[in-house]
Amino acid sequence: MNETNSLIQIKGLRDGLLVSLDDAPWEQQRTALITQVDAQPAFFRGARLALDVSSQVLRVNELVDLRDQLSERGITLWAVISESATTEKTAQLLGLATRIAKPRPEESRQFSVSDLGEETAMFLNRTLRSGTRIEFAGHVVVLGDVNPGAEIVAEGNVMIWGRLRGMVHAGSKGNRAAVICALDLSPTQLRIADEVSASINPREHPRPERARINENGKLQTDFWSNG
Amino acid sequence: MPAKVITITSGKGGVGKTTAVANLAVALASQGHKVVCIDGDIGLRNLDVILGLENRIVYDIVDVVEGRCRLKQAMIRDKKLPELYLIPAAQTRDKNAVSPSDMSRLIKELRPDYDFVLIDSPAGIERGFRNAIAAADRVVVVTNPEISAVRDADRVIGILEAEEKGPAALILNRLNPTLVKNGDMLSPDDVLDLLAIELIGIVPEDENVIISSNRGAPVAFDQKSRAGQAFRNIARRLNGETVPFMSLDHQGGFWDRIQRLAGRK
Repeated sequence: MNETNSLIQIKGLRDGLLVSLDDAPWEQQRTALITQVDAQPAFFRGARLALDVSSQVLRVNELVDLRDQLSERGITLWAVISESATTEKTAQLLGLATRIAKPRPEESRQFSVSDLGEETAMFLNRTLRSGTRIEFAGHVVVLGDVNPGAEIVAEGNVMIWGRLRGMVHAGSKGNRAAVICALDLSPTQLRIADEVSASINPREHPRPERARINENGKLQTDFWSNG
Repeated sequence: MPAKVITITSGKGGVGKTTAVANLAVALASQGHKVVCIDGDIGLRNLDVILGLENRIVYDIVDVVEGRCRLKQAMIRDKKLPELYLIPAAQTRDKNAVSPSDMSRLIKELRPDYDFVLIDSPAGIERGFRNAIAAADRVVVVTNPEISAVRDADRVIGILEAEEKGPAALILNRLNPTLVKNGDMLSPDDVLDLLAIELIGIVPEDENVIISSNRGAPVAFDQKSRAGQAFRNIARRLNGETVPFMSLDHQGGFWDRIQRLAGRK
């Protein structure tokens, strides 16, 4: 075939197609994909497509353009898999999945917060609104609110510089040392590792607060005090 | 000057999107602007009914997109306001009959000849919603002071932010000042606290809205109605004017606070 087609590989999954893009500038990759689709419209029509962009760093308008172009050809882009944390974040904010495999049976290896290293944090400088789900294999820091209906699932700690009124799961792979901090801790639900606590009533006078698993193995929250 | 394209959306159904579009269209046209409203709710059209233009429909937006008629042929002129037009939705098709790029082409054709294009978005966040926001310069989110409606509005605002569609403005519809005062309804404060976007209008609950919708003459025509006044004020704000928020309660206090809230961006 021609050279554009060597940029992409298409694989059938049980519930759709997985398109993997080789390293190349985004514009070339996008053109290659659309060209490929237009060459076999019947094959692609109605498909659910997952896109593996390897280390490509993608911004919102690039993903939105591609999603709309695919949508006009009857293709649903539902997942974007990437090694780049920026791309992963972009995809999640647009409501796209970032993992396609079913979760593997729970891995038994023990995690500790220090294993995650200090560089593996995702920083979100925005309010997370209803319907947003952020999943990250590290810590998550939000400068903004987490509204009801928004979810954060992190393997490490979660820190919210704002009001937490949605759902947060810290230490999602079993790390019981993980903590959740917020300036105003009024979540719909909190989870650390496999401990779950139902909603905490909104505070009359919110103060910075931290949730952790205490010595008795229960979720406990404490106001922050300098001491 | 090319038209301002404004999409009215909400996430949740039944909060008053279509009523808002009809009333803002009537108010803007009464204030001397050339206005086109587009019913984006293909398959479940009703903007034509609220405007009282149902029996004049010959062609609809799908006919335009599929080339069975010219754009002008699908534009229905209002009975009372010669500068107000409606492009109706098709009742017998679904949202997939129109694509976001169809919508953009259509808006591009309208832009030079009108002052405002108002698009009535369907409920939900699927294809019809995407069509409705594709060509918008500005998005107005309508919500009611109810938790479920506010939650859905938050979701829609999140999508608009994620897609960098610019900041949305909020209309709080069907507010009942008495219920709010008694603490039985979310207050504008509560709603703005969560949504944190610009408030462009509060429409009080008013039974005239339903009565006039059933008559096919939107309440914005009614000079005595409080809701009609609220919509006329919103229309002027959409046109860039500064209009103080009206006081619905003469005892001050609560509504003074609203006015202060509205002053903040």
